[in-house]
Amino acid sequence: MSEETTTTSTAAEATTPKRRGRAPLSEGRRAERRLGWLLCAPAALIMVLVTAWPIIYSVWLSLQRFDLKFPDERQFIWFENYVTVLTNGYWWSAFGVTALITLVSVAIELVLGMALALVMHRTIVGRGLVRTSALVPYGVVTVVAAFSWRYAWTPETGYLANLFGEGAPLTEQASALGIIILAEVWKTTPFMALLLMAGLALVPNDLIKAAAIDGAGGWQRFTKVIIPVMKPAILVALLFRTLDAFRVFDNIYVLTSGAQDTSSVSMLAQTNLIKGLNLGIGSTMSVLIFIAVAIIAFIFIKLFGTSAPGSDNEGRR
Amino acid sequence: MSGPEARPRPRKAPGRGAAVCAAALLVAPLAGCATGADDGTTINLYYAPEQNFQQVVDNCNAAADGRYRIVYHQLPRGADDQRTQMARRLAAQDTSMDILGLDITWTQEFAGARWILEWTGENLAEVEDGTLEGPLDSARFEDGVYAAPKNTNVQLLWYRTDLVDSPPETWDELIEMSTELRDAGETYQVNATGAQYEGLVAMYNSIVASAGGEILSEDGQRAVFDDGAVRGLEILRDFATSGVTDPSFTNAMEDEARLAFQSGNGAFQLNWPFVYPAMQADAPELAENVGWARYPGVEPGVPSRVSIGGYNLGISRYSEHPDEAFEAALCLRNAENQKFSAINDGVPPTIESVYSESEMAEAYPMRDVILEELQDAANRPLTPAYQSVSTVLAATLSPPGQIDPEATAEALRLSVQDALESKGVLP
Repeated sequence: MSEETTTTSTAAEATTPKRRGRAPLSEGRRAERRLGWLLCAPAALIMVLVTAWPIIYSVWLSLQRFDLKFPDERQFIWFENYVTVLTNGYWWSAFGVTALITLVSVAIELVLGMALALVMHRTIVGRGLVRTSALVPYGVVTVVAAFSWRYAWTPETGYLANLFGEGAPLTEQASALGIIILAEVWKTTPFMALLLMAGLALVPNDLIKAAAIDGAGGWQRFTKVIIPVMKPAILVALLFRTLDAFRVFDNIYVLTSGAQDTSSVSMLAQTNLIKGLNLGIGSTMSVLIFIAVAIIAFIFIKLFGTSAPGSDNEGRR
Repeated sequence: MSGPEARPRPRKAPGRGAAVCAAALLVAPLAGCATGADDGTTINLYYAPEQNFQQVVDNCNAAADGRYRIVYHQLPRGADDQRTQMARRLAAQDTSMDILGLDITWTQEFAGARWILEWTGENLAEVEDGTLEGPLDSARFEDGVYAAPKNTNVQLLWYRTDLVDSPPETWDELIEMSTELRDAGETYQVNATGAQYEGLVAMYNSIVASAGGEILSEDGQRAVFDDGAVRGLEILRDFATSGVTDPSFTNAMEDEARLAFQSGNGAFQLNWPFVYPAMQADAPELAENVGWARYPGVEPGVPSRVSIGGYNLGISRYSEHPDEAFEAALCLRNAENQKFSAINDGVPPTIESVYSESEMAEAYPMRDVILEELQDAANRPLTPAYQSVSTVLAATLSPPGQIDPEATAEALRLSVQDALESKGVLP
């Protein structure tokens, strides 16, 4: 926080939240704040217990050679595991695959989700039915859906396998990644649509009508009115989906088990921890994934100005 | 997966279960048919799903005469899921597991992690008595025996007798015959397990062993990959690139290979014996034209050496009743019960004498070939780090069409060595 002097008027504060200095707090605000802290404390404490401890423990494990198969060889090795992982081709290949899946699937989901949200928003007849049916893919258990995709794309059992000529699409990296992205998109577009629909509901009808009277066409109304008003909702939806997509696991696990370099970073960490019983290397990967997720969240919040739901200044004194 | 993951269909013997149950009840009021009667010692057995294994458990409960009662807990179907469930619980020192069904490739690992007890004295003598050397070797770790081989398994070459007169003896011949069939416009494909998983490793290991090669040094400490191993890489690549495989080859596991062959798409299949009863049940007309032969070798005139599969029984270090657990495990794998399981569940015995029993002939028309292969069996690399070694191998060998023998061998030397030193990153 910079120590620049700002006005103490609360009105100014509410309108320019970006430039808040340290204004002296009034007695009422102090008491209010104390109460706020007290009310938050139990939840905060539980969060610390259930999230901070495992994270610290993972960091601790990641600094050791700790392999359950060789119990006598356990020792503290500082950052050697990080060197091993960060100089490893599998890790970077998985990182690239994860980034690709994240970017492509979130981009497609945003477009499709927006279209779906507009349809659901505008539906007059059978609104409940439309919304429910749009949500079906999101309700299907991912693994179950992934299995049906897998069989659909396998020759002899599948109806999609020969869509693009002979061959087995799941056995080639490019087509397998395409199928993984398709499965992800199919699965989570409804979630995106749901979040965007909530944002659409925030756009006042008067605003749209006013724009129409001013002569704005449908596309203009969408880009100049609806999207700017919806921006916070869009950013939140993007943030949630990006973080989710970056941790993609189950679809890949079922569709290819990571063959042909289609592993994501989460798959890699799980393989090393659970299959490899190598707690050192696996924890190192978990810590690196945690750092990557933190960086993504940081970028969204600091650079794009995403605000977490409920963090606006309304109702504050 | 190394064991027969998809177990054969049950051959229904209606009423037999009920009869044995009733008999067991007459013999011992405490035997396993009683529900939830928890008096006396309970031995918790964790074993892969096996259709008629409860029968074997009931037999042993009857024989135990109330001194202990074995409860059979079925592990998940997938081999990896079985292993990880047990590993997780043992890492947490779970005392509620007594007898563990271990795929032969995990035995070293569980022994290395000190999760299973060494077999000694009379128990050891009984395990060694008449057991085939190959399966027994899989249970040896640092001069001790850490598990009792329950059943073994080995792949055969299955072929269509209506298309092929005499089966190929080497990989080169196999590729040649398949190509000839293809050129003649006949059904020609070779169905095999080429997905990036254990099945591909087992196949590669068989080729290397047949070529007289070594993957690891004798003591399991170093990655060797000698000339035989390079030769194995060549053969695998040639097989994958000669256009005789199913288009799905690089994604096929046991069942996919079985289904492809069963639906009439293949002239050859490399797979476990479970495919035969399955074929008789699902495609009886096709099954009439299916023969079997020894797995292909490398050099003409030199018999192949094939990777064995199968399960061992280990006793958890955290068991509260180790003595009873050893006794129960011995019962579950005794010759009589191995024969029962072989006939009813299609899992080949580890005790050699069982193969010559008369009832085996009907259930195992291919038993002679199986026994011949077992007598020259090859084990997959014996090391506690096998899981990592295998994963690295599977990843490097997949897809087999892109193998460059010398370069791949060099890459494997490094990555497998890393795996042995817990420095390997598993893909």
